Amino acid sequence: MRSSKRNGGSPAWLRVFTPYEPKFRTDIVKPPKFEYYAPETLQEVLEVLAFYGEDARVLAGGQSLVPLLNFRIMQPAVLVSINHCQELAYLQQEESGLVCGALVRQAQAERSDEARRACPLLAAALPWVGGRANRNRGTVCGSLAHADPLAELTAVATALDATFILSSVHGRREVQADEFFLGDLSTCVEPGEMLEAVCFPASGPDASAAFVEVGNRWHGFAVVGVGAQLEFEPDGRYKSVRLAAIGVGGTPVRLQAAQDILLGTRGEPDALSEAAHAASAGLEPPGGFHADAAYRLRVLPTLIERAVKQADGLRNAQQGD
Amino acid sequence: MEEQEKTCIELSVNGMLYRAQAEPRLLLADFIRHEAGLKGTHVGCAHGVCGACTIQIDGCSARSCLHFAVDVQGSQITTVEGLAETEQLHPLQQAFKECHALQCGFCTPGFLMTAQEFLRENPEPTAEQAREAMSNNLCRCTGYVNIVKAVLLAAERMRRMPASEDA
Repeated sequence: MRSSKRNGGSPAWLRVFTPYEPKFRTDIVKPPKFEYYAPETLQEVLEVLAFYGEDARVLAGGQSLVPLLNFRIMQPAVLVSINHCQELAYLQQEESGLVCGALVRQAQAERSDEARRACPLLAAALPWVGGRANRNRGTVCGSLAHADPLAELTAVATALDATFILSSVHGRREVQADEFFLGDLSTCVEPGEMLEAVCFPASGPDASAAFVEVGNRWHGFAVVGVGAQLEFEPDGRYKSVRLAAIGVGGTPVRLQAAQDILLGTRGEPDALSEAAHAASAGLEPPGGFHADAAYRLRVLPTLIERAVKQADGLRNAQQGD
Repeated sequence: MEEQEKTCIELSVNGMLYRAQAEPRLLLADFIRHEAGLKGTHVGCAHGVCGACTIQIDGCSARSCLHFAVDVQGSQITTVEGLAETEQLHPLQQAFKECHALQCGFCTPGFLMTAQEFLRENPEPTAEQAREAMSNNLCRCTGYVNIVKAVLLAAERMRRMPASEDA
């Protein structure tokens, strides 16, 4: 009451001083209302998703979704938790590669020897994803489905040509990374569908990888990041080069030009420098609070060189053993 | 304001079972503080960045502000109140106290829960590793130097303790 009288005719900024009446209520909540489902089988998850269509969101680790709910940036009518759906917690090597179900936590993938052997780049990138407390709960598929363009795992999926397995009551379909990521927080997942699993093609036995990034904080969002995975001929030449970057576009970017230049070389300084500088051609990085487009383009070659050198160095270290 | 339908939420916190009628959107952090009455868990940013609300879910550190209480039913929740098993402080708490690893204390419960998991997995950390492990929690008073010192001191003491007490 007092405030309204005092604020009559005063400038708008004064109104922030309206007296706050503390309410000692135990039911104070932050996120908007939603209906909650916690099915225990994939079939039930898909049925709920089919019923509610675009009103429903899948809740897994919640490390990206719940902040958006707490801020009320998103207000889905229905949350379908897959946290009780143990059949989605599989992480196994199959013929097609390392298949990672929707409930595989990032920490679980990080600890997995299989993942380290089959997809060194996944193992190299995971420690950069949030902090330990976030990785304990956050899932690999959840980070991909959230499609933050600065998420490290999106670069891994892009570099490794991962296959995204989308399921709905009508069946399954598979898409590649370039079809999956449409833009900032936007994917090709249709209403009623969910990302059931992602398959990272397995590398050869002698592959090595590195992930590097610059950011304001170790566990904070990246400004620019680069992932590199190399496979080698017996004489040390690169048999396969996989490079992808985050922070230089609305979606993760495969650095094709740089890969082509490095293929068949041993990563000699000249080749590396040429490749690193060829990578930025045609890129249109976003601006943003932490760095402008020009900075992102300038830091990209440095990170490419660093990532390739690090991956190459790891291979030499293994050979030395 | 229409009230959303409440459901019965049953949660095991520090080995005790707590039951409450609450909406599904009740955050785990708020359940712990307001329903279980365990005010040791602090809510700083409520979006997973600051780490003050860090607790453990089945022994793994997690942000309690990023979970819904209804969704973690069936898991064992451990909060800072569950750290010390007896009347005595946990070695980490003792070390934080001795090393002046806290000033205002707001972030401390989160640091303790993070450090406990870290030392369980890495009982002999280097200062660098300890610093890295603590870097996902924010402290605006001490500047981390004493926090890292405390973690290393606690690690040293816990290594000398019999395994059974090494919680």
